[in-house]
Amino acid sequence: MAPSAPQEPGLSAVPSYEEEQSQARFDALIDRDARVEPRDWMPEPYRKTLTRQVSQHAHSEIIGMQPEANWITRAPSLKRKSILMAKVQDEAGHGLYLYSAAETLGTSRDELNDQLLTGRAKYSSIFNYPARSWADMGAIGWLVDGAAIANQVPLCRASYGPYGRAMVRICKEESFHQRQGFEILLALSRGTEAQKKMAQDAINRFYEPSLMMFGPPDDQSPNSQQSMAWNIKRFSNDELRQRFVGMIAEQVKVLGMTLPDPELHYDEVKKQWIHKDLNWDEFMNVIKGNGPANSQRLERRREAHREGAWVREAATAYAAKQAQSEVA
Amino acid sequence: MSQQNNWPLWEVFVRSSRGLSHVHAGSLHAPDAQMAVRNARDLYTRRNEGVSLWVVKSSDIISSDPDEKDSFFESPQGKDYRHATYYKASEGVKHL
Repeated sequence: MAPSAPQEPGLSAVPSYEEEQSQARFDALIDRDARVEPRDWMPEPYRKTLTRQVSQHAHSEIIGMQPEANWITRAPSLKRKSILMAKVQDEAGHGLYLYSAAETLGTSRDELNDQLLTGRAKYSSIFNYPARSWADMGAIGWLVDGAAIANQVPLCRASYGPYGRAMVRICKEESFHQRQGFEILLALSRGTEAQKKMAQDAINRFYEPSLMMFGPPDDQSPNSQQSMAWNIKRFSNDELRQRFVGMIAEQVKVLGMTLPDPELHYDEVKKQWIHKDLNWDEFMNVIKGNGPANSQRLERRREAHREGAWVREAATAYAAKQAQSEVA
Repeated sequence: MSQQNNWPLWEVFVRSSRGLSHVHAGSLHAPDAQMAVRNARDLYTRRNEGVSLWVVKSSDIISSDPDEKDSFFESPQGKDYRHATYYKASEGVKHL
């Protein structure tokens, strides 16, 4: 299932009768909100957009293991360590579900992995912020995983079958991530003054980056419209951000903490949440690779890959030997 | 930069409990069948989702041709009489 060659701009031939028929069949599937499956014909830009989105999502899960893995040894109890390990394992699993889905679009696993290791691929900018304190594990679970869930639930209905199915599995597993994060903050919020301060500080640092996880405002997000027309995306960036900020504005009260946003309120006339202006220059800068932890995250990923080389080689050699003895 | 593994792709089927069929759960890469089963356990049954696993090399699966799907599956079309709901005259008769 090799991907067809990308069309060069200006060289696209007049579509053949077969291509027109295929396009019509594809359009009909999208119109009646049916799912596209791997062996169906699909327009090249649809394939390309999905490959990019699904693989970036997979890379984000894999890089996302790091901030929390770094805290496993320092988690305050055996139970907290076990929970954190389960969460990091889930993230590895989510990465693998998504790589499998991306592969059905015609790019090999080795190529996808290579794109991440060589820095050609992007991943969610949120993981380029350092996790400084134990409370950050709480804020990451509550805000970062919370934003991810708000983003991901509608993706369960994405028009590409394998992506939607991967997302269903992921969403089921993510709900524990958010709750455990919230409960870390809840425990701290009932603790000493120093613990409360640590929790508030973590919320202060992750609030704005988590709102930016939904991507740029709608009028500055040129690809969104096409993704929505293809039924990949179901809600716009701003719609999802609205929904999320409304939820956390309530949830933060249970913690007895505050969101670092004095402007935050619900405008009854406009029927929407008003929040402070987000720093999109910083967002773009982090995406470009200049965030506080970009180089550290990628270097750690490369190191892990290098250190695992002997395991992969041994497994491959063993498989070859077994195959040979079967023949003999 | 990374060395290429080219490990085969395996499809994973999970039986969620006794009495139910194995259902396709997803796929994974592994160097051999034994590793595929172990990886499938770690990847697809982290929360007691299964009591039995099948793995099969993706390349060994024979499937119907997606381009032929209309003609290939047309036989049952228009044969409503294969469903109980086709028979209306007996509606209201008990235990039928």
